Amino acid sequence: MRRRAILGYGAAGVGAVALMLFVGWWQVDGPGGPESVRQRPVALTEMDFRLTDHEGNAVGPETLIGRPTMAFFGFTYCPDVCPTTLSDISGWLDDLGDEADEMNVVFITVDPERDTVETMAEYVGYFHPAIRGWTGPEEQIARVADGFRATYERVPTGSGDYTMNHTASVFLFAASGRFVTMIDYHEPREFAVPKIHRALEEEMEGAT
Amino acid sequence: MKKYILTGTLAALLTLGGLSVPALAGPEDVVVENAWSRASIGMNRPGAAYMTIRNTGDEPVTLIGLTTPLAMMPEIHETKTNAEGVSSMSPAGEIAIAPGESVALEPGGLHAMLMRLQEPMTEGDTFPLTLLFDDGGEVTVEVPILGIAARGPED
Ligand SMILES: [Cu+2]
Repeated sequence: MRRRAILGYGAAGVGAVALMLFVGWWQVDGPGGPESVRQRPVALTEMDFRLTDHEGNAVGPETLIGRPTMAFFGFTYCPDVCPTTLSDISGWLDDLGDEADEMNVVFITVDPERDTVETMAEYVGYFHPAIRGWTGPEEQIARVADGFRATYERVPTGSGDYTMNHTASVFLFAASGRFVTMIDYHEPREFAVPKIHRALEEEMEGAT
Repeated sequence: MKKYILTGTLAALLTLGGLSVPALAGPEDVVVENAWSRASIGMNRPGAAYMTIRNTGDEPVTLIGLTTPLAMMPEIHETKTNAEGVSSMSPAGEIAIAPGESVALEPGGLHAMLMRLQEPMTEGDTFPLTLLFDDGGEVTVEVPILGIAARGPED
């Protein structure tokens, strides 16, 4: 079994470091839930990875610079969280209307073994047309996840099958590549569109 | 529009009403409402079905398993999202429903995980899903198959 634990939160992480991060976050972003110990993704401009989109184009972090970005990790064999999030994202994009055309929306697989370019193309075809599906070699997927401070792990489900545990938050970046905020899977969905607007507005501020 | 409500294993919610799928057989105290599922791409991927299971009787009931001709390995699963935002799924075990309470199987929480599909799940079709209870009772519901991007029973 392959395991990935990109966040370094082992036994040591529960101690002073986590507390410091927690306090730091608390002071910066105000009181929040238990997600407050999480690391924030680095800026897209600091990431380095090579993937392929569902139409076969070579893509990387630079593909996302210049427009606000909404990104999400998942896999097409995911029965619950991924179709739910992709349909939520599709609904938010519908709510945004024309503004949706100003954003990059990418669904990045954490299961490249099964999610080929063709598989991604078929899958994203069922959702909002703005959503792009990205896949690539295992080590490149690991690099993207590292930049996002996202994690994934392969878990056997019996009879040779497996599922993937993975970070299910939707990440929002400004057009500059700066990380803005994320929409967590367990937070009320009506907070999502205002958060997306925040990412869009940061773009405006950056441009003026 | 009905919003998703996350539940823990033991969280019992009052049902919000809506479409009612009649139980075909079994304990008449168990009412299953708002059953739905998403279409599958082929047969290699697991499916998921959702519903509200309401105990209208005076005695607790305990859901212990599922059977369906659609899938060789149907299981009640629970999706959990931890403090780091990582989602995982695992078998939920037995689910007790107190008298007058209900349990919601809905996206991001409990779901009927349909592993090893025997045929593709096609939008517009339905399939029978039988809920097994610890007293030997069974309730079978016809679950409508909605589109892959469906968000709830009304889609
Ligand atoms: Cu499951």
